[in-house]
Order: sequence, then structure tokens, then C-alpha cells
Amino acid sequence: MDVLLNNLDIFVVGFRTTLVLFVWSALFSTVLGLIVGMMRVSPVPVMRGFGTFYVNLVRNTPLTLIFFFFAFGYPKLGLPEFSYTWLAIIALSLYTATYIAEVLRSGFNTVPLGQAEAARAIGLSFVPTMTRVVMPQAFRAVIPPFMSVLIALLKNTTIAAGFSVHEAGAIRAYASERGEPAMIVLLWVAFFFIVLVMILAYIQRRLEKRWKVAR
Amino acid sequence: MESNDQGDSADKRGPASFETTSNPIAAATGEPLVIVEDVEKYYGDFHALKNINLTVNKGEVVVVIGPSGSGKSTLCRTINRLETINAGQIRIDGKKLPEEGKALAALRADVGMVFQSFNLFAHKTILENVTLGPTRVRGQKRAEAEEAARALLERVGVGVQADKMPAQLSGGQQQRVAIARALAMKPKVMLFDEPTSALDPEMINEVLDVMVQLASEGMTMVVVTHEMGFARKAADRVVFMSEGEIVEEAEPEEFFTNPKSDRAKDFLSKLLTH
Ligand SMILES: Nc1ncnc2c1ncn2[C@@H]1O[C@H](COP(=O)(O)OP(=O)(O)O)[C@@H](O)[C@H]1O
Ligand SMILES: [Mg+2]
Repeated sequence: MDVLLNNLDIFVVGFRTTLVLFVWSALFSTVLGLIVGMMRVSPVPVMRGFGTFYVNLVRNTPLTLIFFFFAFGYPKLGLPEFSYTWLAIIALSLYTATYIAEVLRSGFNTVPLGQAEAARAIGLSFVPTMTRVVMPQAFRAVIPPFMSVLIALLKNTTIAAGFSVHEAGAIRAYASERGEPAMIVLLWVAFFFIVLVMILAYIQRRLEKRWKVAR
Repeated sequence: MESNDQGDSADKRGPASFETTSNPIAAATGEPLVIVEDVEKYYGDFHALKNINLTVNKGEVVVVIGPSGSGKSTLCRTINRLETINAGQIRIDGKKLPEEGKALAALRADVGMVFQSFNLFAHKTILENVTLGPTRVRGQKRAEAEEAARALLERVGVGVQADKMPAQLSGGQQQRVAIARALAMKPKVMLFDEPTSALDPEMINEVLDVMVQLASEGMTMVVVTHEMGFARKAADRVVFMSEGEIVEEAEPEEFFTNPKSDRAKDFLSKLLTH
């Protein structure tokens, strides 16, 4: 307990940064994942092709490599400059979006094809067909795997520690400088991660319940 | 018994289209509404539609009949471009079917489609199923769309079910809702792909009666069905398909009593012995 209380400042800063990384990345990757996921089921072949290309390229690249690119490659491209935190958010978002796109695509596939065909047959174009007919029916099937992706994202934020972002994964290094026992610090970090994951799991259960009733 | 009622009244107040059943020339004088020209369709190497030519005039009811796998559904689906075609062209009311996009969606709104498996939107009430198109596609006000939807549901005999979910309805009721949903768009032509094939026998007539009434009111219809009773009662023409081709076209009575091609003879003999 002393280890935690004596270094509360480090813990607070670390987990605050983790939450910043997590919340922004979750938001961006969901939006991007939605776009890419819809592209992958689009009736236009070019869209489908691009969606598939993006998912295959980014998902098959190790996350650390994507971080390397944004930490060392991107600043040399002469594009607008971002802080390391924002570069980490971009890297996490681009990577996580591929998983979200796949989760959504498999969710869309749980909805019988006839539903989308009926929607198209009454003259709905692609986007309203997805948002009005397919997505509401896919939502429930999507919640559990979507939350798994978010939990993975939460844990992936710790990779940013290796790239000068002071998030929770970096707490041990800072605490060690103060001569704190690494093992105990790590146990505390792990404990707080578990708490965060449990919060996500709780949200998942609530959502699942709510959408079960809605049917 | 309510359904019998509908059938009878359909006969009585079906002036235009019923006269044409006994007079193919009258039907042929209507303006062409759907024109299918030299259409070829492949699924990979499989040749699903072979040189299809078909014209459906305004107010005409065409029944498409043929063995399973002969391409009837494919033909229906190409007419509102749920399937693309590899060659030829399809025109509806003078307009060529556009590529994917807004224009295509607009054209589909003018072509009503009724599926074998109903395909009602499972997460929406019956009323919402019918109002989705008018509000989203035609930009109608909700109140206005609901009033029209309730009237349509009343007309197909499921008015009291308006606030239920599709799963709470019988197959026959669901299919009648599906017809109302298509009609709510005020389509120029209605396509029916085996609308009664998934129904229990006792529900077939309640759906056919609605279709007969629709035909008698002058709706242009393309109906894939093996219901000879419907074909005799409401069709102006029967189109017989086999292995992706249109093999024979004739008036219903002529086709059923005196088929020309061997393939049609063979098919009808099997249909009758069922
Ligand atoms: N999406 C598809 N992919 C490949 N083959 C298909 C597809 N849809 C239909 N077919 C084939 O095309 C042929 C015609 O099918 P269909 O139009 O459904 O026949 P019908 O409605 O007359 O029973 C069948 O042999 C069927 O197997
Ligand atoms: Mg079929």
C-alpha cells in the first residue's frame, strides 16, 4: 500500500495518460472501423477492394512496427507535427480499426441477407440500408467481440511506454528510479488494469441486457 | 372466408385487367413498362440467364413458371438489379437500369418486390416496416406515411396487427404485410418471387387473393409461381423458363391445356402429379 500511496503522482499521471490514449483511440478506431467495415460489404467493388486491402495490410503488421513508423518515420515526412501522445493515438486507432471493422463485418453477416435485399428493394441506398436495417439487428451480436477488441486496445496502450509516452506501462520505470520494488509496482499496475477491464465487462453486460429486452 | 370475399370482389370490380386475360391483343397494346433485352447472366462459369427477351406492358400480369433452378428468381432479381447482368439491357418505364448509387435506389423504389421468405424487417413493427420506405425514400411526413400504411394494412387484411413485431404474425400475414410494404412505395411494377412457396397450404389463398385483387386493379405484375389457379385467374401471359431460357410464352389457358414444347409438357405433367 505504501508503494502506491508514496508514488500516487506517478500512478495518477500514468493512468490518466492511459485513459486518454484509450478513450481517443477507442473513438477514432470505432469511427474508422465503421467506415472500413461498411466498405467491406459495399456493393461497389472498388470500396470492397480498398477495405480488404487496408484490413489485410494493417492487421498483419505488428503493432510495434506501426508505432515505430509513427514515432520515427512520420516526423520525417514533413507532415503536420503531433506530440508523441497523439502519434500513439493515431497508431493505436489505425491498428484497432482493422479489428473493429472485422468484428462489424462478421456482425453484419449474422443478419440474414434477405433483410438488406428487402431494404434495397424498397429503394433505400447503401448507407440507410446499413444504419436502418442491418446495424440495429447486428448490434447485439457485435457487443461481446467489440468489447474484447476494446480490452485488447486498453492493454495495447502500454506499448506506447516504449515510445516516450508516460502512460501506465511506464509507471514501473519511474517508480524504480525512486528505488521502489519493481514487482510490487507492477502488481499494482496490473491491479488497476484489471479494474478497468472489469468496468468494460460491466458495460458490456449492461448493453447486452438492454438490447436483449429491445428485441 | 374473408379471403374468399376478396377474391369475389376482385372478380367483380376488375374491369381493365380481367378483360385482357381473354384478349392477349388488348394486353399487347398497353405501353411497354419493363423491357428485358438480350440479357445474359453468369454466376462464374454457370450460364444462369440465356438470351432473355421479355416485355411487360402496363397493367399486364405475367406469370413466370418453370422447374427449380431454371433462373426465375435470377430474372426477377435482375429486373430491379439485386443481381447485375453480364450483357443486354433492362429498361423500366423507358429508363435504363443505372449503376449502383442514388439513381438505382430511386429506380428500385418504383419496382416493388415480394420475396419467398417475406423478409420483413425483424426489428421493426409491422407499421414501421411499411413506413420506412415512404419516410426515408419518398420523404413523406411520419403522420402521413402512417395513415397511408394503416390504410394499406387494412386493405391486405392485417390492420389490427399494425403494432406487432413480424415474428408474432403467421406466414400468410407476414407476406401480406410484405405486399403492403412494397405497395406503400406506389411502385410502377410489382415483382413476386414465389410468394406462396414458403406458406402452409391454408395460408396460400389469403395471399393469392390479395394478389388477384391487385391484378384486377390494374397493377403491372411479374409473378413467379406454380399456382395454376392464380395464373388462370389473373395472368395475361405465362412465360415458361427452363435451364436459363424462355422456352415458351402463351396465354394461361393455352399454356396449361396445350403446351407446345416438350420441356413444358414434361414440367406440367410433373406439376399435376404432385
Ligand atoms: N448467387 C448465386 N451464385 C451461384 N449460382 C447461383 C446463384 N444464384 C442462383 N444460382 C444458380 O442459378 C440457377 C438459377 O437459379 P434461380 O434463379 O434461383 O432459379 P429458380 O428461381 O428458377 O429456382 C440455379 O442453378 C442456381 O444454382
Ligand atoms: Mg427461385
